[in-house]
Amino acid sequence: MSIIVNHVNHIYDEDTAMASPALIDVNLKIPDGQFIGLIGHTGSGKSTLIQHLNGLLKPSSGEIFFNNEDINDPSYNKKNLRARVGLVFQYPEHQLFETDCFKDVCFGPKNLGLTQRDYELRAYEALKEVGLEDEYFYQSPFDLSGGQKRRVAIAGVLAMKPEVMILDEPTAGLDPKGREDILNLISDLHSKLGMTIILVSHSMEDVADYVDRIIVMNKGRVEFDGEPKEVFRHYKELEEIGLAAPQVTYCMQELKAEGFDVDTDVTTLQEAKQEILKALGRC
Amino acid sequence: MLREITLGQYYRTESVIHRLDPRVKIVATFSFIISLFIAKNFIGYVIAGLFLALCIKLSNVPPKFIFRGMKTIFFLLIITMVFNLFLTPGIPLVTFGRFQITKEGLRLALMMGVRLVFLITGSSLMTLTTTPNNLTDGLEDLLNPLKKVKVPVHEISMMMSIALRFIPILMEETDKIMKAQMARGADFESGSLMNRAKSLIPLLVPLFVSAFRRANDLAMAMEARCYRGGEGRTKMKPLIYKKRDALAYGVIVLYFAAIIASRVIL
Amino acid sequence: MKSSKISTVMGKMIDTQKLVFEYIRRDEEGNVEGITRAVDGVDLKVEQGQFIAILGHNGSGKSTLAKHFNALLYPTEGEVYVDSYNTEDDDHLWDIRQEAGMVFQNPDNQIIGQVVEEDVGFGPENMGIPTEEIWERVDEALKAVRMDKYRKASPNHLSGGQKQRVSIAGVIAMHPKCIIMDEPTAMLDPNGRREVIRAARALNQVEGITIILITHYMEEVVDADKVFVMDKGSVVMEGTPREIFAQVDKLKELRLGVPQVTLLAHELRQAGVPLPDAILTRKELVEALKKCR
Repeated sequence: MSIIVNHVNHIYDEDTAMASPALIDVNLKIPDGQFIGLIGHTGSGKSTLIQHLNGLLKPSSGEIFFNNEDINDPSYNKKNLRARVGLVFQYPEHQLFETDCFKDVCFGPKNLGLTQRDYELRAYEALKEVGLEDEYFYQSPFDLSGGQKRRVAIAGVLAMKPEVMILDEPTAGLDPKGREDILNLISDLHSKLGMTIILVSHSMEDVADYVDRIIVMNKGRVEFDGEPKEVFRHYKELEEIGLAAPQVTYCMQELKAEGFDVDTDVTTLQEAKQEILKALGRC
Repeated sequence: MLREITLGQYYRTESVIHRLDPRVKIVATFSFIISLFIAKNFIGYVIAGLFLALCIKLSNVPPKFIFRGMKTIFFLLIITMVFNLFLTPGIPLVTFGRFQITKEGLRLALMMGVRLVFLITGSSLMTLTTTPNNLTDGLEDLLNPLKKVKVPVHEISMMMSIALRFIPILMEETDKIMKAQMARGADFESGSLMNRAKSLIPLLVPLFVSAFRRANDLAMAMEARCYRGGEGRTKMKPLIYKKRDALAYGVIVLYFAAIIASRVIL
Repeated sequence: MKSSKISTVMGKMIDTQKLVFEYIRRDEEGNVEGITRAVDGVDLKVEQGQFIAILGHNGSGKSTLAKHFNALLYPTEGEVYVDSYNTEDDDHLWDIRQEAGMVFQNPDNQIIGQVVEEDVGFGPENMGIPTEEIWERVDEALKAVRMDKYRKASPNHLSGGQKQRVSIAGVIAMHPKCIIMDEPTAMLDPNGRREVIRAARALNQVEGITIILITHYMEEVVDADKVFVMDKGSVVMEGTPREIFAQVDKLKELRLGVPQVTLLAHELRQAGVPLPDAILTRKELVEALKKCR
């Protein structure tokens, strides 16, 4: 069970004067249960890539396999694929349309042709999962706060019970507490429900705190792919392509340069704390 | 991508026609359309055709761009011609069972065809050589006399330019919402007409909500930048007639006279 | 109308006095459901030439407050003075809007022109500036935000950070004394955020324009002269960034965070490392740790 991206190229506006390559020979293997951070600045091809994974975009060349089946085979059931590979777009609250939150979350599972009892059950579970308080279930989604709206929108995808969940910058525009809440929610989906998660993010600190693998995209190519500490070792190259490592990684580099005996592979705050305490001989 | 679509399909290049004042081009286009209905004979159409060809030549727009617009009306063109061809009474030339082509029908069909082609070519030449912005400016200025009879000319033109600015943004947004709903299993492509209409609700509601939010934001941003209607407003790029514009008006008058002459004399 | 110039508030760019703003919530039939107090008794003074940051979580009232500085909203109670003009004084409405320009959150929803330079000229056009001077102002404004290369471009082809810089140029062309930025970076990526903050700082330092930056990105306020933190419509903290960031736990309670370096220093201190309060930069942290060895 996995997603395999095999030599995928994507060109927007092929056959026109404005043709521009968005993906160039992308090869990836995404096994079950991973928590992946996908990073890259605007226009690096990461949004194009994730839309390929659930069949919203077709590669100009190359194949994508989900559980060993070619998803772009004409006989492949795309609707089914989209239920199993859930995609939460950026600012997902902009897609809410129903008169109340519960109905809106029902939309996805209903489209799968479930019975009313089944889809309502799923919607209920999904809303519980994202932690929306019961009192808001039957309120118009437009009356909720930004953070709540986003939860409802995520529940809308969750209710389809996907095995893989892709989230495109789920924390954009939220305040620090709102960001933390959403990230914890996603982390729960991974640890409790065992979902494969692909988190697209601009924040290196967020990514480093949560994921076990980082894929860096640049100009349509996969530039780096590995564990956070491996990827952030290339912080100089990352800077060249407009990205950076987490603040604490830089701290460690600077401390090392000052003669502290610290490990520069540190990517999270807790690791940094332990390393510094160790170097100071305090633990 | 969708952002690339601009309404009116302005073709960026340097030419005399591009440099002309938009008001001249609007007046010319309207005169040309009227002239097509004045012309009644072969000579008239030849004059119109030559005039059009000259303008295209001067505009430096590759003819294939101009005729690309023809694709969209090709169907309309054929239907118009077929109807005129078969349904005009007169002296029969060929007969297929119940249908017959008459001499008058043939003449009318050809005339309608030529008229339609000229009309579309002429107006697309205007949009190809004038930025939408310039076009609204020109229109605002030409319609200015209507202000006296309380037509909100400035407001209409402001609305038009805002619409032009937001069309690509809303198109992109439509695409995004559509994909987001498809990711939730929505199907916009199959099913009965009724079902398809229903399936548009998840697209239209968010689109309207977003359009209203944008309108609200924009109104506030405009107010914050001291916008208070057309009163007391100056222009960064005022329209000023140049010598070549006067010359162009002269050419239009000559052309128009020639068309009238073709009808009266011949 | 109240008299517009009051001697006691001379010199202040922005001065709010016991500002309260309430709005009435209505249900679908238009019946009154209740009253929400979005801004509750705010006394806030901003001096000419300062770089001010207003922090607060979503819904803390910071944007509502900001809209009072440009006379887009009027106080329910209390007063707001912008460069000594009372915002409720209709005679000076346009002076206020010209002196206190505003940049909003969504880069797409505040650009009116279809060409960059025309958008920048929009404000001066509204003010009735003669054509020739509009061109001078547009040139100068685009240079100030380093967007002169893109003057003929369509805004639709720019990145988020570039669009926000165009919006800032649009305000500069009106020759304001103060620019209020209402979460200008919330929708941008890190590069875009950096561009906008850099532009704001340059305007403050080079042109001496007062900047009021509303944000919830802590990294952006490190260099501010003064920080106000809002919660439930009131100012709950006020001070230099260092004073504010010294109170990590209180900020967390207010749904805010601190830069990662500050947080690391805070945690180290709790673990017993003798570090000073409120470390804001990596350099400070490294220097402080060197002393602990």
